[in-house]
Amino acid sequence: MKLIVAIVKPFRVGDVRDALGDIGVRGLTVSDAQGYGRQGGHTEVYRGAEYQIDFVPKVRMEVLVDDVDASRVIETIVTAAKTGKIGDGKVWVQNVEEVVRVRTGERGPEAI
Amino acid sequence: MHLLFKAAPVDSGDTAWIIVCTALVLLMTPGLAFFYAGMVRSKHALGMIMQSFVTIAIVSVTWVLVGYSLAFDHDAGFGLVGGLDLAGLTHAEVAVPGLHLTIPPLAFVAFQMMFAILTAALLSGASADRMRFGAFVTFIAIWSVVVYAPLAHWTWSPEGWLHQAGLLDFAGGTVVEICSGASALALALVIGPRRGWPREMMAPHNVPLTLLGAGLLWFGWIGFNAGSALSAGNLAASAALATHLSGVGGMIGWLVFEKRLTGKATTLGGASGAVAGLVAITPAAGFLSPLPALLLGTTAGVACLFGVRLKFRFRYDDSLDVVAVHYIGGVIGTLFIGLFAAAAVNPAVAHQGLVFGGGFTQLARQGVGVLAATAFAFTATYAIAWALRATIGLRVEPDEESEGLDSSQHAETAYEFTATSSLGRVSR
Repeated sequence: MKLIVAIVKPFRVGDVRDALGDIGVRGLTVSDAQGYGRQGGHTEVYRGAEYQIDFVPKVRMEVLVDDVDASRVIETIVTAAKTGKIGDGKVWVQNVEEVVRVRTGERGPEAI
Repeated sequence: MHLLFKAAPVDSGDTAWIIVCTALVLLMTPGLAFFYAGMVRSKHALGMIMQSFVTIAIVSVTWVLVGYSLAFDHDAGFGLVGGLDLAGLTHAEVAVPGLHLTIPPLAFVAFQMMFAILTAALLSGASADRMRFGAFVTFIAIWSVVVYAPLAHWTWSPEGWLHQAGLLDFAGGTVVEICSGASALALALVIGPRRGWPREMMAPHNVPLTLLGAGLLWFGWIGFNAGSALSAGNLAASAALATHLSGVGGMIGWLVFEKRLTGKATTLGGASGAVAGLVAITPAAGFLSPLPALLLGTTAGVACLFGVRLKFRFRYDDSLDVVAVHYIGGVIGTLFIGLFAAAAVNPAVAHQGLVFGGGFTQLARQGVGVLAATAFAFTATYAIAWALRATIGLRVEPDEESEGLDSSQHAETAYEFTATSSLGRVSR
């Protein structure tokens, strides 16, 4: 089993969710995140003073998948999140040792 | 030349009341800013507030320079627009042509200025979340001179053609409400929908802020309507009560039907209903007795609730429902005068309403006013917006729209809720 983590632009989240729904992904966790990569930040101005804000708002999406589905899910996320401009985000994959569905106690791929 | 119009003696009570009302109506524009800002997504909150605030600055200047003169100077021809003798207010110490006021002319200028500001600011609801700040400023400056001032002349100058055709409009059913509503439709059509509308939810980010704004609007509306008596007496008192009762009726009407239709009476519905009732009574406040005012508000509350659905059916993104509330409410209020106008409330009523045995005369005159104001405001606004779109452009870039007006237009953020978001460094 794999955990796929994607950091994407906030306004792409709806498209990513729809695309994942289309290929049969049935669960997804999102959280607000801030960070920076090559994009850098933006400038804010208060009372004439300029501030460089390094941490850009992003959304962190997490999907648990069976090993065989991982590459298709990654591809789908990348396609849906892409704008072609700097700051589009990252996707990475981690191995997952165990998954348990809280309600039933099912374990492993059954619980995804 | 203006000395031909001898000023009536200034009454200190009337003057004090109108100056207070000027302040009350001024407060409606910040109230509108909050009313609107609460309904947009958080990334656009400052952008929406700023559009109302900057309207105070822009329209005050255009009003003093030419707007007031085009509205209230001697007619320049066919009752369509005033002349330019009062431009810059250089002769404004003289009485207002044709009006027998007991207040100083400059008090009238200032009071009317606040109406021009609020009406212009109302339009920002139709183009919410997607209009460039510079484009908005340019648009509103032109609009206040080309659309608002002539329409105010038609209706409120004693030499205007609608005034002479017998239209009754106490505080702005045509000049403020139909004008802003029809213009809002034109602006929404020219600028196009928000990205993602109507598929995305775009829920209001701060409904308490909207309710605060509605409260301030309600408070200021007493000055808007009762001040339109231009005196402190029976008529002002009657207009104040009618105004309040119509707001009450609007809230009740909206909530009752919303509850029946969706199962819940929402807080946003309560605020919207009250505003719908206040919109509707605006033209009628000085002509209706209390119970017809309550009936008018209730009618408008229900009608505007259904009016909100029109934008989904006809696919125009009037984002904050300026058409549904101000246009529909304004039309209902303007026509209601033809049904319920009472000479006992206001001796200026020459033909009583249909219900009181006055026949169809006044109703027909009101109908002419509705059609004329709609046609002029819609066409002229469409032309202005279209010309600006073709030259300087109206919309922000797509990624600026996603980023939000606050950051893209003003380099600020309305809310700092997370520890990381304020970790900025001073840049040089």
